[in-house]
Amino acid sequence: MTVAQMAQLLDLKLAAGKEGLDRLVTGGYCGDLLSWVMGRAKEDDVWITVMGNLNAIAVAVLADVSCILLSESAVLDEDARRKADEEGVTVLQSDRPTYDLAVAIGRLLS
Amino acid sequence: MSQALHLHYDVPGDDFTRAGEASGAVKRKLKQMGFNPSAVRRVAIAMYEGEINMVIHAGGGEADVEIEPDKISIVLADHGPGIPNVELAMKEGWSTAPDHVRSLGFGAGMGLPNIKKYTDEMRIETEIGKGTKVFMVILV
Repeated sequence: MTVAQMAQLLDLKLAAGKEGLDRLVTGGYCGDLLSWVMGRAKEDDVWITVMGNLNAIAVAVLADVSCILLSESAVLDEDARRKADEEGVTVLQSDRPTYDLAVAIGRLLS
Repeated sequence: MSQALHLHYDVPGDDFTRAGEASGAVKRKLKQMGFNPSAVRRVAIAMYEGEINMVIHAGGGEADVEIEPDKISIVLADHGPGIPNVELAMKEGWSTAPDHVRSLGFGAGMGLPNIKKYTDEMRIETEIGKGTKVFMVILV
């Protein structure tokens, strides 16, 4: 499943980084502590979080996740949006809780 | 590639918006040079953790990277307060980061443990009041 397919199936809003929409999603990770995410998330995971700051974009780039999914209506900061566009990191948004999104994505992947 | 390539970066202190510039640049360079993606990812994460530590705890510092065909060596040096208890600092979950840093998503106490996890060799030299040097090697 690509990031674009996941966005369409779960009605997720594109907030930044449309260049990354063709990336594959092979798993997922939920978490808001950046080092925890870097230590545990795998390449090509969708990262579900409420952290919409500049550092989250850096973590997504360095850890090579497929995209960031901001849950619970979390906001993407303006400077983070610019950086995500620059780096081609797709950031999606949803008003659904983290758990619901993780369950829904897990079903799509299984 | 017969000779080692040296890269040097200044890491500014107290500027979280620029933290990650050096590790991002190294990541791009290694990708361009055709290193395998898994090694590139390990270098990027370990170096970013070190950079963030220098920004949070030491007012910035310097990063030196040596790229050889079979290994990447990184030295991060700062003139911060030093680490009083390295054993404790290496423990997952142990953090002395202030609250404003935690609100940004840092301070999970995973920085040094992540460096250890993603590198093949890691060594810390630290002196109270003088600074800290973190040496890391990633075998390719």
